[in-house]
This record gives sequence, structure tokens and C-alpha cells, in this order.
Amino acid sequence: MNTKIAYLIAIGLLLVAPLAIYPVFLMKLLCFALFASAFNLILGFGGLLSFGHAAFFGGAAYVTGHALKVWGLPTELGILVGAAVAGLLGLAIGSLAIRRQGIYFAMITLAMAQMVYFLFVSSDFTGGENGLQGVPRGKALGFIDLQDNLSMYYFVLAIFVIGYFVISRTVNSPFGQVLSAIRDNEARATSLGYDVDRYKLLAFVLSATLAGVAGGTKTVVFQLASLTDAHWHMSGEVVLMTLLGGLGTIPGPAVGAGIIITLQNYLASGPLGAWVPVVLGVIFVICVLAFRRGVVGELREVIRKSF
Amino acid sequence: MNILKTLSASASALAMLASAAAAEISDGVVKIGVLTDMSGTYSDLAGEGAAVAAQMAIEEFGGTVAGAPIEIVTADHQNKADIAANKAREWGDTQGVDAFAELVTTSVALGVFEVAKQQNKIALVSGAASSPLTNDACIPTGLHWTYNTRALAVGTGSAVVKEGGDTWYFLTADYAFGEALQGDVAKVVEAEGGQVLGAAKHPFPASDFSSFILQAQASGAKIIGLANAGADTINAIKAANEFGVIASGQKIAGLLVFLTDVHALGLETAQGLQMTVSFYWDLNDETRAWSQKYFEKTGKMPTGVQAGTYSSVLHYLKAIEATGTDDTDTVLAKMREMPVEDMFANGGVLRTDGRMVHDMYLAEVKAPSESSGPWDYLKIVRTIPGEEAFGPLSESTCPTK
Repeated sequence: MNTKIAYLIAIGLLLVAPLAIYPVFLMKLLCFALFASAFNLILGFGGLLSFGHAAFFGGAAYVTGHALKVWGLPTELGILVGAAVAGLLGLAIGSLAIRRQGIYFAMITLAMAQMVYFLFVSSDFTGGENGLQGVPRGKALGFIDLQDNLSMYYFVLAIFVIGYFVISRTVNSPFGQVLSAIRDNEARATSLGYDVDRYKLLAFVLSATLAGVAGGTKTVVFQLASLTDAHWHMSGEVVLMTLLGGLGTIPGPAVGAGIIITLQNYLASGPLGAWVPVVLGVIFVICVLAFRRGVVGELREVIRKSF
Repeated sequence: MNILKTLSASASALAMLASAAAAEISDGVVKIGVLTDMSGTYSDLAGEGAAVAAQMAIEEFGGTVAGAPIEIVTADHQNKADIAANKAREWGDTQGVDAFAELVTTSVALGVFEVAKQQNKIALVSGAASSPLTNDACIPTGLHWTYNTRALAVGTGSAVVKEGGDTWYFLTADYAFGEALQGDVAKVVEAEGGQVLGAAKHPFPASDFSSFILQAQASGAKIIGLANAGADTINAIKAANEFGVIASGQKIAGLLVFLTDVHALGLETAQGLQMTVSFYWDLNDETRAWSQKYFEKTGKMPTGVQAGTYSSVLHYLKAIEATGTDDTDTVLAKMREMPVEDMFANGGVLRTDGRMVHDMYLAEVKAPSESSGPWDYLKIVRTIPGEEAFGPLSESTCPTK
């Protein structure tokens, strides 16, 4: 009941936010919030630390950009094509990576993502170092002109809410429960008769697909896709967002993404401009040392203790 | 009857006043956004110095134009198109920036062009060099000020071929600028009867050039053309020295070399290098006076990119002063109508494809014995007339020219 009220308040705030805050900034925030939430699906609930999620985010960003610019697909279809490609990429990388655990899993995903990155650097359709520029925003549902920042914002908000709902449903479903069981004790889950590899792979593909939705939407918002989206920095950043916000909580990664993106944006134009990575690093260290559960996790703990 | 006449006369006078007011300065301030590379490969040749140069243009106007204050905002785009485009979009949407200036790195300029086209704002490109900026990729409000790859090719490329360097191998920065430069130079080389043996693309920015230098050595070409700029050029020349390229009889042609690069390399290494420049501080009294002022602020002599940023901002402000408005189309028309007259360009012409046509110079780096001290590095070999350097307007493939 309380969660429902909290979500209603959050959605209400998001609906009026563009009146006070620059909509493009909010859209960036929502895209990364969705990306981090998708990532959390396998890290927080599946216990798999992927270091290659930028491949899905960036891959979908390029594919969506190409689909809209060159093939002239409608905006929604472009994002779906991007997400589908990210999902297939997730299937390919995931089916290899889930055979190993822990650090080996992380290294395999990182290596595969680097291969994808170099594919993008050398491909013609991505524009290499120039990036894919001038992607048209198009029209939503065929009649809402997305060139207007405000209508674009509500379009992105709708995508975010749908994506978030899918994640929350997944986590709270029997599938999500099995996933948590595998995270906590894989051997026991196997002994109970669950095919753990299939569960892990499905979670990985789902996470990759949703990361792709986030990447594709980002391309539409900024009208460009670039190597930054596919670089391993991006994979690191999403880990940071998830840990900072609260690993294994549903709203945590979104909150973490909000904190990181806001800091990056406002610090960059201030006197600390050149020090943004250092500031983020210090925050990360403090978070790991003092608030192991992340912002949302700690808040939840405080509420649980006081009631 | 009379009253009616007076009324209608005053009404029309009021209407005219209103329309005049509408054509004044938007939000009461002229804001120029300088987007440049503050920390990376091109920070020496553009960077902070370009912001200082833009500031000098504003100071020349006493900080106000057409009765409105002039403000400058700067940002580091880190040579990334996405950061630059996002920043430009944000500046345009929330801060009322009227024009974007400098924009080194072609990918950045292309990204900002996209935003400038949508927001109908002027982009004053100084640092980016690719000639496509005023050809296939041109936009009506994008002005390309300092140089372009075609001018560099005509200058250095043809000079080198005439001296017998007729077989070329390129080391090319792997992005739009490198490709454009290589393409333009290859065209000139082949037109002059030379031959291009091959090219190696290196990542941008790169620090290790050894494998690329080895490929170039193996090619057997007489000339190794460096289709890159800034720290990449410096690193490539250093690597070439370490591998004994010069000693083995091959020559290096730096296709886009700046004064700051010569300063970084030292005359011992750089002597004899031919380069095409848009500006040199020691050209005449005017350039010396301006550069001295610049030197006092930064401790360095200006590059062409920095002087070009000054010139473009100055010309933009002059057009606002003359028309009394910062309305993009009015200002643009005025900028095209007035010749560009300052210490950077003498009788420069702004064409409808966005190209600012002015004279370029072929220069040679002095030997240490010829130089009288720091920053006395170049001797001008030849003045390349604007028309020859940039080609006629009919050659431009810009669809909106």
C-alpha cells in the first residue's frame, strides 16, 4: 500500500517536473534510470556482475539511429528494432558468459563488449569517431511531433514507466523468486530441479533488451549515437549507479542514476569541472565503506527499524 | 477628421516602434558560446587560447554591442560530438546563447551544425578543418572561418610534389577530418602527376605511432603525409625521428601543423618542415600588435585557429552593431555583405556556402640558426590567394549555396 502511494507521488512529480527542470536533462536521466534498472535485474536479482552492458546500450543506440535515419522507420519501431538487436546480442554474449561465475563472468562480458566496441569503431554505418548524427526524432504514434522537447519528454516518460513496470513484474514473479534463489545458493536451486543456466540466460537477455530500449530512446532524445555509448566507461558507470542507489532494490538504480547524472551535469559547469571523475570516485568509496546497501537500501533499513 | 488622422498616424508610428523593438537584441544580451577542446589533443592549438581570443574581440567592443552587454560562456567538449551537441542544445534552449564559436574537431562541428540548424543559430567554425563543412555537410548558418583541408592540400600538397615528392603514403587520423584531409591531398597529388601508394588509419587520439611508421617505411613512398593534427602530429613526427625515417631518405609532410606544434617539437626536429598556415603572428604590424596583446594574456603566440576565432567573433559583433539586432538571418545577411577586415583577414569574403575566403600562406620552419628566439619559427614562402586556396564557389557541393 505504502509503495503504491510512493509510486503515485513519484509519477506525479515526474509529470510536472519539466515545468521546472530542463526537459532534455530529465530525459537523459530517465534513459539512464532505465538502463541502470535493467542492469540491476541481473546484478541485484541474479547476482551476475556484467561488465559489458555498454555493448547492449550502445548497440541499440546505433541500430535505432540507423533504423530511423537510413531506413526511415517510425520512432517506436526504431526503438523496438534497437532493443531486439540488443536482445540478440545479449543471447549471444549471455549464452557464452553464464557458463562461468564471478570474476570470470565479468571478464567474459567485458571482453565481448570490447569486441563489439571495436566492431563499432571500424564499421561504416556507425560513422566511427564521428558518431551517427542527425537522427530524426520523428512522430510518436504517427501524429505527436517529438521535435518539441515537452512531448518528447512525455514519450520518454511513458517508455520509462513501461520498462520499469516490466522489471518490477519480473522481479516479483515466480521467475524472479527462482532467480533470487539462484543468486543466494546456486547449488541448492539446481538440486531443487531448476535449470539454473536457462533462468540466468533468460534474465540476461531480458536485461540486455531493456538496456537496449534505454539506449535506443537515448539516441532519439539526443539525435545522435556515439562511441561513448558503447565504451567500457559506460559499463562501469552503470555499475556505479546501481551500487550507489541500492543493489537489489527495485527503485534503487533509478535513484542512483539520478544522483550520478545530476552530479555530472552540475559539477561539469562549476569550478570542479575537471574533477568530476574524482568527486564521483570519492562518493563511490564513501558509499561502499559506509552505506553498503546504497541510498534506497539504507533508507529502507531506517524505515524498517523505526516502525 | 483631424483627430482620426493623428490617431491613425500615431498608431502606425507605434506599430513601427513595436516592430523595431521586436528586431532588437533577444533577451537583452548577446551571448556567445565557445565550445572547444580544453584538455585534450587540440587544447594547445585551440582550447583556452581560443576563449581568450574571443574575449579579446568582445573587449574591443567594450563589452557591449548595439546597447546590449556581450557575454561569453565556454565549455570543454573533450573532442566528443555527443558532449558538444548536448552542450550546444542546452545552451540554446536554456541560456539563450546566440552563436556557437570555435568548434575544433570535425565531428564536433558536425554535431553542433545539427543543433544550429534546428535552432537557427550561427555556428562560427574556426578549428575544425574538413572541407565537407562547406560542401556536402553545409548548413545555411554554418560559417567556416580559418582554413579547410582543401586549402591545406593546395598549399603543402602541391608544394611538396613540385619539389619531387611524387609518391605518397598517408598516416590518417581515423575520423572525418583525417579522411577529408587525405582525400583532398590525394586529389592534388594525383592532379600534379604524383602517386598515392597507400594509407594507414590510426585511432584518434593515438599515442603510439610505431606500427604506423613501420608500415609507412615499408611502403617505400618518398613522402609520408600526416593527415592528422595537434598532439597526433607531434607524436608521429617524434616516432618518425626515432625510427630514422629522415635518415633513410623518406620525407615527412605535416599537412596541418600549427605554430604551437613547432614550439613543442623544437626547431631542431621541425626545421625545414613546410606548412600551410592561415595566420602567422609576424606577418605585419597589425598582427604583431594583436599577437603581443594575446601573448601578454596567455604566454604563447596565437595559432591560426585562435586568431580565426577572434576574427569570426569580431565580424559577428560588427554585423550586430551595424544592424542593431541579433536576429540570425539579418545578422547573417550583414556578415555576408561586409568584407572581413581585421588583422586576420584582409578583404575576406563570406560566401553563401559558409566559406570565408581569405589569403593563406605557405611557410617553412626556420633552422635554429635563422631564428632570433622563441616563437620566431616561420618564414613565409608564398602567399596563396584565397580563390586558389579555397576554390571557386561553383566547385562547392553545398546544396543551399
